[in-house]
Amino acid sequence: MDAIILQVLNGLDKGGAYALIALGLTLIFGTLGVVNFAHGALFMLGAFCAVTFERILTLSERVRDPSVTFFEAYKEVPYLTIWYGDTGQAIVDWAVPLSILLAIPVMLIAGFVMERGLIRFFYKRSHAEQILVTFGLAIVLQEIVKYFFGANPIPLTAPPALTGSVDLGQWFGLTGISYPLWRIIYFLFSLVVIAGVFAFLQLTTFGMVVRAGMADRETVGLLGIHISRKFTIVFAIAATVAGLAGVMYTPILAPNYHLGMEFLVLSFVVVVVGGMGSLPGAVFAGFLLGILQSFASMTEVKAIVPGIDQIIIYLVAVVVLLVRPRGLMGRRGVMEA
Amino acid sequence: MSRALPQSETAPRDLAPASAGPKAASGRGGLAASTGGDLLFTAIFALAILSMPIWLAPIGAGYPDILQKFAIYGIFAIGFNILFGFSGYLSFGHAAFLGAGSYAAVWMFKLLSMNAIPAVLFAILIAAAFSLVIGFVSLRRSGIYFSILTLAFAQMSYNLAYSVLTPITNGETGLQISRADPRIVDRAFGTAGDALPAPNFFGMELQGWPGFYFCAVILILAFFLAVRIKHSTFGMMLLAIKSNQNRMAFTGFSTRPYLLAAFVVSGMYAGLAGGLLAITDPLAGADRMQWTASGEVVLMTILGGVGTLLGPVIGAAVMKYLEQIFSSFNEHVLARAFDFLPHSLQDFMVAITSPFVGEGWQLTLGLMFMIVVIFLPGGIMEGVHRIGAIARRPKLAGEKQMPDRPHPARTGAK
Repeated sequence: MDAIILQVLNGLDKGGAYALIALGLTLIFGTLGVVNFAHGALFMLGAFCAVTFERILTLSERVRDPSVTFFEAYKEVPYLTIWYGDTGQAIVDWAVPLSILLAIPVMLIAGFVMERGLIRFFYKRSHAEQILVTFGLAIVLQEIVKYFFGANPIPLTAPPALTGSVDLGQWFGLTGISYPLWRIIYFLFSLVVIAGVFAFLQLTTFGMVVRAGMADRETVGLLGIHISRKFTIVFAIAATVAGLAGVMYTPILAPNYHLGMEFLVLSFVVVVVGGMGSLPGAVFAGFLLGILQSFASMTEVKAIVPGIDQIIIYLVAVVVLLVRPRGLMGRRGVMEA
Repeated sequence: MSRALPQSETAPRDLAPASAGPKAASGRGGLAASTGGDLLFTAIFALAILSMPIWLAPIGAGYPDILQKFAIYGIFAIGFNILFGFSGYLSFGHAAFLGAGSYAAVWMFKLLSMNAIPAVLFAILIAAAFSLVIGFVSLRRSGIYFSILTLAFAQMSYNLAYSVLTPITNGETGLQISRADPRIVDRAFGTAGDALPAPNFFGMELQGWPGFYFCAVILILAFFLAVRIKHSTFGMMLLAIKSNQNRMAFTGFSTRPYLLAAFVVSGMYAGLAGGLLAITDPLAGADRMQWTASGEVVLMTILGGVGTLLGPVIGAAVMKYLEQIFSSFNEHVLARAFDFLPHSLQDFMVAITSPFVGEGWQLTLGLMFMIVVIFLPGGIMEGVHRIGAIARRPKLAGEKQMPDRPHPARTGAK
C-alpha cells in the first residue's frame, strides 16, 4: 500500500508537467487548429526564464571572506544581500518561485510574437507543414538558448523552506511515506494553473467567446466578433502555461537546451491519448500517463517486463489509438481524418 | 495532407524529360510510361551521379567521404519520398528503420563475413520485417495520428535499443566489430586477418573511392526502382490515395494494402541506407534512431521537393553538403572569408556569423527548415520550376505556368 501511494505521488508531479503542456497544446489545437511542435520549446523557455532571473538576482560582488583568517580569501556575495541583508538573501533563496513574475510577461510576449509572426500564416496550410515549420522553430529556439546558456544542465534549487521531505504518513494515517516537498508543491501548482485556465474559459465572457470559437469559428465571426484576435491571446496564454510549467520544474530537473524536445514528444502522446481537442482529456491523460510511467519504473514491475518503464507511454498511446482512435475523451468530428 | 504538394498534383509526370515526348504523343495521360524513357532518365541520372567527383570538385565536395554520404542519404530520402511524397503519409519515425538496418548490417559483419553483400541484404530484410509490423499497426490511422504513431514507435525502438536490447545493440557504446568476432564465412575461407577488418566487396575494401562508387551504383539502382514505382500502376494508386483517399475507397479499392506496401518499400530503402552507413563505418548506435534523425530526412525530402523523383536526392546532397561546410567552419575560417573587408567590418561580420557555424550548425538547420517550409513548400524542384517558368514566359506569353520538364543541367548544379 505504501509503495502504491508513493508511486502515485511520483507520477503526480511529472503528470502535472505533462498535463500543463498538453493543456496548452490542446488549447492551441482546439482554437487555431494548429499542431504546435514548438510547444516543448516554450516549456524550455520558461525554465530558462527561471535561470535568467536567478542569475540576475545573484549578480555578485567579490568581497573578502572574513571567516577565513589565515589567508586572503574571497567569496561572491549577491548585491541583494549586501544592500538589503537578510531580506535580500531571502529574495535570492526564493528565486525560482519569484521568477514566475518574469516568466509571465516574457512568455505572453513570446506567444504573441510567435502567433502573429509565424503561426497565423499557417492556419490554412496542411498539418504536415504546420508540424514541420514549428519543428524548425523549436530547433531554432533551443539552439539560441544553447548559444547563450551552453549545453550543460543548469541546476536550480527550490527555496530552503520548501526543500527536504515531508512525512506524508501522518496525513494518510500510514507510516513511512516521506516525499520531497517541492514535488508536492509542483503538483498543487499545476492544479492551480489548470483550475485557473478552466475558470478563465468557463467563467469569463472572453472564455465564453473562445469556447464558442472552438465550437464554430465561422458563426462567431458572423456575429461580428473578431475571433482571430481572441485566439492570439489564447495562444499567448497557452505559451504562458507551458512556460510556468517549465519555471516550476527547474528544481526537479536541471534544465538544458533540449529539455523541451523530450517533453514535447511525451506531451503530444498525452494529447493524443486524451483526445485531440479535449481539454479535460489532456489533463486526465497527463496525470494518468505520469502515474503509469512511475508504476512502470518500479523494480517489481521491471522484473516482470524488462524495459517497460522506457516504453509504457508509447505503448499506451498505440493501444489507445488502435482501440479508441478518438482518444479517451475525444469528441466526434475532431481530427477524424 | 492534400495541400502538401501542389506541384506534384498538377504535374504528376513532371520529372521525366526523356519520356515526356512519347507520353504526350501517345496521349495516355501519364499512367504507364515507357521503360525506355525511364531507362534514359536513369541513365542521365547515373551519369550525373558517377561524374559527381568531377563537377562537385570546384565547390569542395569532390572527395569520397562526403559523396558517399550524399549517395546514402539520397537513398534514404528517395525511400522516404515513396511514402510521404507519393501517398502523403508523413512518417515521423523513419529513422528507426535506418537504425535497424545499421544494426543488422553490423551483425552480419560480426557473424558471417566482412563482405558487404550479406550485410546489405540482411539490413533490407530486417528493415522490411520491422516496417511491416510498424506499418501494419500505424496505417490503421491517418493524418496527424499516423505521424504520432510512427513517432511513438520510433521512440520506443530508440528507448529499447538503449535499455533492454543492450545485448543486441550494445547500448550507449554502440555496436561495433572486433577482432574476436566469429565471422564464420571469412574464417572458413581463411581470410580473417589479424588486423581489425574493413568491410569489403569481394576483396575490394570499401574505403575511399571504391566505397563511393559502391554506394553510387546502389543509389542509381534505387533511383531506377523509384522511377519505375512512380510510373507504375502502384505509383498511380498511391498518388490517388494522396489526392483523395475516400474517393479511392468508393471506387472499390482497399487502400491499406497499397499503403502498407509503400510503407514497407520505404522502410526497406531506409534499411538499405542504414546498412550502407554501417559499411562506411562499421559502428551502429541508437542515436541514428532518434526522432531528430527522422526529422532530418523529412527536411531533406522537403528541401529537395516532395513527390518529385530528383528532389529527395538533391535535398539530401544539399543538406549534407551544408552540414559539412557549416559544421567545419570556425572563427578563423570566417575571419579569412571576410578578409577583404575593412578590419572593423570584418570583426563585425565574424561576430554575427559565428553563431551559425561550427557548433551552431543546428541553428542554421532550423532556420533553413522554417524558410523552406514558409517560402518554398515545394522545395528546390519547385524553385527550379518557377525559374523555368519565368525564363519561358516571354516565349509562351504566360500561356503555361508550370513547365513540364526541368532542366537537368540546372538541377544538377544545385
